[in-house]
Amino acid sequence: MVHTDTEKVVEARKTVLDLILSNHDRECLTCVRNGNCELQRLAQEFGVTDIRYRGERNRHEIDDKSPSIVRDFNKCVLCRRCISTCKNVQGIGAIDCTERGFSSCISTAENHSLNDVNCTFCGQCIENCPVGALKEKDSTEDVRAKLKDKNTYVIVQTAPAVRVALGEEFGLSVGTNVQGKMVTALKKLGFDKVFDTNTGADFTIMEEGTELIHRLQGEGTLPMITSCCPAWVRYAEMNYPESLSHLSSCKSPHQMFGAILKTYYAEKNNIDPKSIYTVSVMPCIAKKFERTREEMQVDGLEDVDAVITTRELARMIKASHIEFVELEDSEFDNPMGEATGAAAIFGVTGGVMEAALRTVKEILEGEPLEKLEFTEVRGKKGIKTAVLNIADRDIKIAAASGLENARVLMEEIKNGTSKYDFIEIMACPGGCILGGGQPIKSSKTRNEIDIYKKRAEALYTIDEKSKIRKSHENPYLKEVYRNYLKKAGGELPHKLLHTTYQPRKKYDI
Amino acid sequence: MKTLEQINELRIKKRIELDLRVNQVTGGEIHILVCHGTGCTSSKSPQIIENLRSLIKEQNIQNVRVIQTGCFGLCAKGPIVVIRPQDIFYSNVTPDDCKEIIETHIKGGKIVERLLCKDTDGTLVKRLDDLSFYKKQKRIALQNCGKIDPENIDEYIAFDGYKALEKVLFQMKEEEVIQEITDSGLRGRGGAGFPTGKKWEFTRQAKSDQKYVVCNADEGDPGAFMDRSILEGDPHSVIEAMEIAGYAIGANKGYIYVRAEYPIAVERFQKAIDQAREYGILGKKIWGTRFNFDIEIRLGAGAFVCGEETALLESIEGRSGRPRLKPPFPANVGLWQKPTLINNVETYANITKIILNGAKWYSEIGTETSKGTKVFALGGNVVNTGLVEVPMGTTLREIIYDIGGGIPNGREFKAAQTGGPSGGCIPKEHLDIKIDYESLSSIGSMMGSGGLIVMDDTKCMVNLAKFYLGFTVDESCGKCTPCRIGTKRLYEILDRITQGEGSEDDLKKLEDLSQNIKSSSVCGLGQSAPNPVISTIKYFKEEYIEHVKDKKCKTGECKALADIQIDPEKCKGCGLCKRNCPVEAIEGEVKQPHEIDKSKCIKCGTCIAKCPFHAIG
Repeated sequence: MVHTDTEKVVEARKTVLDLILSNHDRECLTCVRNGNCELQRLAQEFGVTDIRYRGERNRHEIDDKSPSIVRDFNKCVLCRRCISTCKNVQGIGAIDCTERGFSSCISTAENHSLNDVNCTFCGQCIENCPVGALKEKDSTEDVRAKLKDKNTYVIVQTAPAVRVALGEEFGLSVGTNVQGKMVTALKKLGFDKVFDTNTGADFTIMEEGTELIHRLQGEGTLPMITSCCPAWVRYAEMNYPESLSHLSSCKSPHQMFGAILKTYYAEKNNIDPKSIYTVSVMPCIAKKFERTREEMQVDGLEDVDAVITTRELARMIKASHIEFVELEDSEFDNPMGEATGAAAIFGVTGGVMEAALRTVKEILEGEPLEKLEFTEVRGKKGIKTAVLNIADRDIKIAAASGLENARVLMEEIKNGTSKYDFIEIMACPGGCILGGGQPIKSSKTRNEIDIYKKRAEALYTIDEKSKIRKSHENPYLKEVYRNYLKKAGGELPHKLLHTTYQPRKKYDI
Repeated sequence: MKTLEQINELRIKKRIELDLRVNQVTGGEIHILVCHGTGCTSSKSPQIIENLRSLIKEQNIQNVRVIQTGCFGLCAKGPIVVIRPQDIFYSNVTPDDCKEIIETHIKGGKIVERLLCKDTDGTLVKRLDDLSFYKKQKRIALQNCGKIDPENIDEYIAFDGYKALEKVLFQMKEEEVIQEITDSGLRGRGGAGFPTGKKWEFTRQAKSDQKYVVCNADEGDPGAFMDRSILEGDPHSVIEAMEIAGYAIGANKGYIYVRAEYPIAVERFQKAIDQAREYGILGKKIWGTRFNFDIEIRLGAGAFVCGEETALLESIEGRSGRPRLKPPFPANVGLWQKPTLINNVETYANITKIILNGAKWYSEIGTETSKGTKVFALGGNVVNTGLVEVPMGTTLREIIYDIGGGIPNGREFKAAQTGGPSGGCIPKEHLDIKIDYESLSSIGSMMGSGGLIVMDDTKCMVNLAKFYLGFTVDESCGKCTPCRIGTKRLYEILDRITQGEGSEDDLKKLEDLSQNIKSSSVCGLGQSAPNPVISTIKYFKEEYIEHVKDKKCKTGECKALADIQIDPEKCKGCGLCKRNCPVEAIEGEVKQPHEIDKSKCIKCGTCIAKCPFHAIG
């Protein structure tokens, strides 16, 4: 029998908490994790009301050089969950413990900024950090400033995974779909237009699906790999520069959508594109980096001007004293708001592939799909594979989530042993619903609740209930192609909706 | 490559040739043995060897050989030169003495009296065996140290070297070997005292396609050098034992993890490996059997915690040395996740003797629970500092007074520290405790790897605890909170107390925190780190109370608490102290004794340093 609550154990745990707090930046009130901090919770639970063993404290500079992650080692408790996630789950190893004894700290190679080492900005370290030592680079102030500026037309778009997680920040149960309240809140915050990134996802399927068809017909490298995930793209650029031709040239949905907003939408609605400020609410912190890539602009205008995470949006809502749970539902603004069920499942591993397959199969076979679900690529398994028969041809597919799983597939490509035609990769295990910008769950919650399952089910439910479930049937999309973009994969789509990749040094130092 | 028959022939031949090392056979060769251990080497013993050799060569003296050996143990009297077969023991020899040794002793046949060693009672002693330092010792692990040339495998073979391996390979089954070790009662000499036979058995039973034998030579306790001396003086005994272990548990690969700060040991061990490979004693199909075994050296980069077995494994695997959680124990999941046997150098050094002489012989030495001998590195305020090997059950008093020659400078014994930073302080009242694993832990100390530091009454126990905590703070790997932050906080409290800023509550804090660090640290380093604090509080509480209540340090070691006074008898009234005092706390007329105004004095010690008449203290 193992006893975990004896007087001795409790005393030891209390002392350990005391010691951790004695070397901790105890500015809880101004900490981003105030109220959602495992250390704070434990200190309360164990009644640590005073610090008995006071003494010297370590002081470290804050690393905020990267566009995505801020590391504040003064709050680190050296639990090393970040290391384990980065090294063992993601297979990256950007961080590890350096120094010894009291000087121990989690750091990068030669203590360089995360920005300059092999970090992909997946943000899984943040999701696993029990305290405020790792957080996203905050963009809420920039967004607020633009919202106040009367000369700026601020458009917000929200990714599919945000709506099934945002409610958790307001006490709603995991996986509650709060799309309607979220739209209402965004309108209350003062955004001029509230659009759905799912529309962008439909554009992605049109372009990526077309690209896949071309590649299957011999025009381009196989397997083709999805490119929606910026952490994955950064990973590929750093680790598999010789295999970049396998990546689809498509921009990710919110970047595509940003480009459409500043071109077609601006023109149609007679708005000066320079006065448009596009904000993406994402479950992701790598999107903050993606936005800054020089390839992500058209005619000198950035597709997306700011990316905020689900967490940041929740903070903005709270700071504006909006009683989120009490809000009435609203619809996304038209005409852009209308999106398909295919787009909704972009937020979960296998979803991009499933959405693409719906379109590709139907186009190639020339008749309406009978069964829309491709269950072979559903589920949290790290690598899911299947062979599908499309237009009398066996198409071998694989969907991987988690970069260590990506590595397995990429090594096969590198060795020439890959047997796949189409691969989907998402950096975060489980996909965007468990992205690095999502609400942070304590280890306790994660042990008790299958967060993946709850949020994934919510997205699949949205898909099921959607009137239109295939991207190419999105009426707005059809209109834009008819009136503006013309042909999927054509010249204008390539200018606006496609991108290029560059080999990237792992250590830019 | 030599066959077993060739090795046995070589042994007989060499044994006759080297008989003078152990028996007083006259008429043959004379061997001048010079200690080439680290201690004597740093006092120029290599120069002594060179001088002696060149004098012999120049003068074409026949039948005299100069042999480099391992440590003789009496390091305080080094460099040591012993002349066999007469067994004449010369101490504190300098390179300049070589000529006299050759002229007077070797050529003239007369003893160089001035180089003889004075025993504790003041008498001049001629023979090594007559020195009281050696009388109560029993050398098993150190058997060959000071007897053979460690760089010559033939000399090792001459004294039954690799005979135990032969016995094991040809006459014993694996389980019989382990039974012998189990029956001997040998326990791990690295500190914790785990039964060696049991450890071997666990590793043997673990099922795997690959197993490893590891030798822990990451000796790190301050002042301890038992393992270093064995590696320097008798490396083959460790190689042979590792092979025997390999045979018994089913491993074909061994690693020895040695501190890089032991260059002589590393070099000698590598030479020994090379020689053993050359003779076919290491390698494939040893002596025509199916047994394969080879050994590689891995160098430690100086982290104390790498002496902890799982941190050591991490380090061998190329990662920074931080302990793993146990279980699983290395016997099941060790080096590269394979079953691994880890023993310390001294443990291995006992193996061949147990195999050759039998478990019964070994188990008759020592106490009920602790068999055999233990090597101690005797240091601190004791006359005969050095390396001693005594049967378990010898009392502390015997070691310190009979072997160690007592406390120098007419001072009193105050405490002995065993087990280094992990051990505790043993006060006067426990001087007669019979040393074994259980008795030492029962009084709040531990056997440890064998560091034994003696302290006289000029030592402050609070300051001592602070010293050891300072060591632990430096050496904590930082993995677990109690050790990483807890030892730091212990150190800070102790520092506060020695600065005169401690309170009675600090004593309570020291005790509480110490217990919690002990109970919640991940590895042995943290679990034992508070021992110096706990044991000094236990036995010297009044000293702590003096520090916190009266703000006094009797010994004066804690400068801030020193009671600085000017001795009016010695003061000449020169005024230097007054002029140099930064707070104008000293008053006095020229040529009159000065006085310190204690209300102003900040005890910086400047006056003490400036006084030309040593009148302040």
